[in-house]
Amino acid sequence: MSDLESFRSEVKDWIAANLPPSLTGGTARAITDEGDSYLWGGRRAKWTNPDAKLWLERMGAKGWTAPTWPKQYGGGGLSAAEARVLEQELGKAGAPPALLSFGIWMLGPVLLEYATEEQKMEFLPKIVRGEIRWCQGYSEPGAGSDLAGLRTQAIDKGDYYEINGSKIWTSYANYADWIFCLVRTDNSKKHEGISFMLFDMTSPGVETRPIKLISGNSPFCETFFTDVKVPKSQLVGKLNGGWEIAKRLLQYERQNISSGGFGGGGNYDLEHAAKDYVGTENGKVSDADLRARITAHKMEQRAFTLTVRRIQEESKAAKGPSPAVSIIKYAAAKLNQERTELLVEAMGHQGLGWDGEGYKPQEIAATRGWLRAKGNSIEGGTSEVNLNVVSKRVLGLLDHQ
Amino acid sequence: MAVLTEEQGMLRDAAKAWVQEKSPVTAFRKVRDSGNADGFDRAAWREMAEMGWSGILIPEEFGGTGLGYLTLGLVLEEAGRTLTASPLISTALTATTALLLGGNDAQKKEWLPKIAEGAIVATLAVDEGAHHHPGKIELKAAKNGSGYTLSGKKTFVLDGGSADLIVVAANTGKGVTLFLVNGDAKGLTKQRLHSVDSRGMANLIFDNVAADSVLGTEDQGAALLEKILDRARAGLAAEMVGTATQAFETTLDYLKTRTQFGQLIGTFQALQHRAAKMYTDLELTRSCVEAALSAIDREANDVPQLVSLAKARASETLHTVSNEMVQMHGGIGMTDAHDAGLYLKRARVAEATWGGASFHRDRYATLLEY
Repeated sequence: MSDLESFRSEVKDWIAANLPPSLTGGTARAITDEGDSYLWGGRRAKWTNPDAKLWLERMGAKGWTAPTWPKQYGGGGLSAAEARVLEQELGKAGAPPALLSFGIWMLGPVLLEYATEEQKMEFLPKIVRGEIRWCQGYSEPGAGSDLAGLRTQAIDKGDYYEINGSKIWTSYANYADWIFCLVRTDNSKKHEGISFMLFDMTSPGVETRPIKLISGNSPFCETFFTDVKVPKSQLVGKLNGGWEIAKRLLQYERQNISSGGFGGGGNYDLEHAAKDYVGTENGKVSDADLRARITAHKMEQRAFTLTVRRIQEESKAAKGPSPAVSIIKYAAAKLNQERTELLVEAMGHQGLGWDGEGYKPQEIAATRGWLRAKGNSIEGGTSEVNLNVVSKRVLGLLDHQ
Repeated sequence: MAVLTEEQGMLRDAAKAWVQEKSPVTAFRKVRDSGNADGFDRAAWREMAEMGWSGILIPEEFGGTGLGYLTLGLVLEEAGRTLTASPLISTALTATTALLLGGNDAQKKEWLPKIAEGAIVATLAVDEGAHHHPGKIELKAAKNGSGYTLSGKKTFVLDGGSADLIVVAANTGKGVTLFLVNGDAKGLTKQRLHSVDSRGMANLIFDNVAADSVLGTEDQGAALLEKILDRARAGLAAEMVGTATQAFETTLDYLKTRTQFGQLIGTFQALQHRAAKMYTDLELTRSCVEAALSAIDREANDVPQLVSLAKARASETLHTVSNEMVQMHGGIGMTDAHDAGLYLKRARVAEATWGGASFHRDRYATLLEY
């Protein structure tokens, strides 16, 4: 048996012994809300299902919430091939994710690259175990697509930085324990005046206000900082060197989207929704125009999935990112918006319910998912900014003068 | 680009070098302007055969290299970049596939070595009208002693005017049967067509043509025909990816050199975003075509789905890119002296061949049972 196959059987045995049966079968995912779900861990996690807590503890102890991170920082120390085996076996067993985490998807990778040894030892193991939930302090009211125009100020006060300003669209800031935050440390330069800092959201002077979205949910917050003291040891990388880290982190954010795409709106297949709500003639969805548009969408979705797989294979073979990765965020946003629009359309009036009687949960989920998806082409870089990035960095087209 | 083996990488590089040097678009233009009846350059085809391209699908025992569909796709893509017209699609891909999937030993022995050598042109005759419709085969095969006689018409047959061997799909009254018919058979009339892409298509009229060489099982040919067509469509889609990629790159170069209002036009965001969307489209389509070709090589179960995905997307992408090539070049793109028109014309013929985007979307939905 190859090493990989013996690893596979090890993983299988471990999952069989450690995955609480109550979590299999998809129910664990269904009860997650967008923000306050236990799946995100952290100091304020609400453990509505004790088995989920147990699952996180067990996976965290193995380092398998961050399978490829080095063992000395609490990670699994697995090779890419082993991590894929783990993912496959977890999938086969119907295991829910043990942890959803901006720490794992975004912060951890840049800490591994840019942080000091002390910082890595301090922050990474707690991310792996889901003990600290992180949020991302990037956008500001005056700095959206033009992120480098941010004005939240960090003043050097000798042995600490004092932070004043505000952030917006901070995902789940009201549930987060710590923030990774872009701050201005030099007003004389734009990109070269930005630093990357970490601090505790319970620090005096931090305030969060949830923003109610058109979907009725509040996944984002306004976040205010008034004279917040941040120890100097919590600066990551060089002073005024934060823009490079910020961009790197955005790559990880977009790459993460590339592995899963956007979700939301429930997991009701379009063709099943069309069959159920529109009906069929001779086995075909009776609205031929809708059927054709659903098919065009499904084919594009398949093309997207095949592209994600190709990018992963090419990146592995070339030991570097495939140029195709830059199109992923744009394509994922477009696809999710199309999917949620088609789902609502297929359901007719049943897909336009807000709450209350007369609508099934899957119908309400479709409505909310459709509205939420409008943000996909705005968050994490608007589609227009994504297209600018492809034009300039991939196609080599120049800026307009 | 898919992750290639060393052998595939070398063949691709050799194909790229040969096509760029020996068969640039000017070579195609020369074939077109010379009034060449074949619609391709026989000397160039001989060179391709010498390099082994005609035998990429053919096993070594019959004189080929047996490297498979993904490998042939690499060559087709390079050929598609410069609009190289050749019997690669009709002969090396389609007729060869028919013989490989349906042929008995004697048939393979008779024809495959000749194809590998580049000694003959062979093709598949399936459609009978303006649109691709493999479910509607009406060309009649009447039993006549130990063989059959064929009567009816086949339309838009690739390299049909030059073909020495034709795989003909016919209706026996009990189902579809595929026949091998010689290009010079008595009663067969070839009507060469001047299609907009200047390649060698022909209508074939069968007037009591004797046919005794059955390919595959009598009356059971519909499934075999679908398998052949899927491999042909995937290979054609690879050629289309090459054509679309070159059309895009030529256009991108123009955006970086053409000046208006004192600016390179490629600095205008309206054009940048359209270019970025085309790039996105091309990348997604490439994934589908490569997935279809390698699924064929693996004999995977989802070949029909992946092929319809690949052909539909290749059609849509090439459609868009060929239109944008003309538009972004402005007036010069409308002139016969510029290549944009050649890409546009080839695009539409390739789109219509063996099912366009709407045909394959409908097939995809049907395969998924909704």
